[in-house]
Amino acid sequence: MSSLSETAPAAAHHPALRHHFESMEGQKEASTFGMWVFIAQEILFFGGMLLAYTIYRYLYYDAFAAGSHHLDVALGTINTAVLICSSLTMALGVHAAALGRRRATALFLVLTILLGSVFLGIKVVEYADKFHHHLVPGPYYDAEVLRGADGKALPPEVALHSQIYFALYFSLTGLHALHMIIGIPIIAVMAWLARRGRFSPEYYTPVEITGLYWHFVDIVWIFLFPLLYLIPHHG
Amino acid sequence: MAEHTETGAHPPAHGDGHGRGHVVAVSTYLLVFVALMVGTGLTVLASYADLGMWNTPVAMAIALTKASLVVFFFMHLKYSPKLSWVAVGAAVFWLVNMIAGIAADYVSRVYLNLGNPGT
Repeated sequence: MSSLSETAPAAAHHPALRHHFESMEGQKEASTFGMWVFIAQEILFFGGMLLAYTIYRYLYYDAFAAGSHHLDVALGTINTAVLICSSLTMALGVHAAALGRRRATALFLVLTILLGSVFLGIKVVEYADKFHHHLVPGPYYDAEVLRGADGKALPPEVALHSQIYFALYFSLTGLHALHMIIGIPIIAVMAWLARRGRFSPEYYTPVEITGLYWHFVDIVWIFLFPLLYLIPHHG
Repeated sequence: MAEHTETGAHPPAHGDGHGRGHVVAVSTYLLVFVALMVGTGLTVLASYADLGMWNTPVAMAIALTKASLVVFFFMHLKYSPKLSWVAVGAAVFWLVNMIAGIAADYVSRVYLNLGNPGT
């Protein structure tokens, strides 16, 4: 096994170095690149829905503006701030891992989980409101609570099309929330591993890559917030 | 290779380093964080202003700026190998092509009165 290494061997192999990599640098670059390619795929995954959003918003602008105005901008803004805070704590967690600070890494990762949970909690409150007002697309959909630019109830056709807005609202925010629900346990595992001293300045790639994933989820929300919550009645 | 662990003790590697050992200063993260918060406030304020056809472009420009800050600093793309830039560039390229190409079709149908494909 060790006789296979024709290249100059490192002074001592880092235990985290897999046999098919020559160096820790090469291994980290390969892992990070793999995550970027996954994120590129994720961009196009969300991209399909963003395309549907673009087309339908163009065709049924009034319905989209009416649907958007029912959303709670205050809750949306708070959630945006919460998610940005969680991105900061995640960045600081990766930073602490790069410096080999175990306790700080675990602490920042736990903070990230808490902020992510607050975001999901607020999302639950918002979803409950949509269910309460029959704004979930399907047989019980009712656009009665929606108001047009003139402050009056929507004409039948606009009311019908507003269902498309809410279908996209639930798909986009639901897919985004699903990404967070997947991300939180992964961060929890990272916090646990960090606490157990599995990472060092030479090897903290799993924390770095988890960070990339979480920041990507933050970026998706950065676009979803204005697209879903802030559609003006004019324009 | 020596591991630099002093925060802010060395200048940025401009992405041509070895993808390792570069530690971004905490002050950089805090600055980016403040910029992201300010950007969020600006987006909300701008949405209440009547900018005519410019409301959406302004909102998207702010979102793009915020996303770039996250990508370059929080996600360390600025200090990453150029191969990672290619992955991001490719995704953005195809996303823009997909949306612009298909949107052009829909917009031109309505504009040329060829019938609304959505009805």
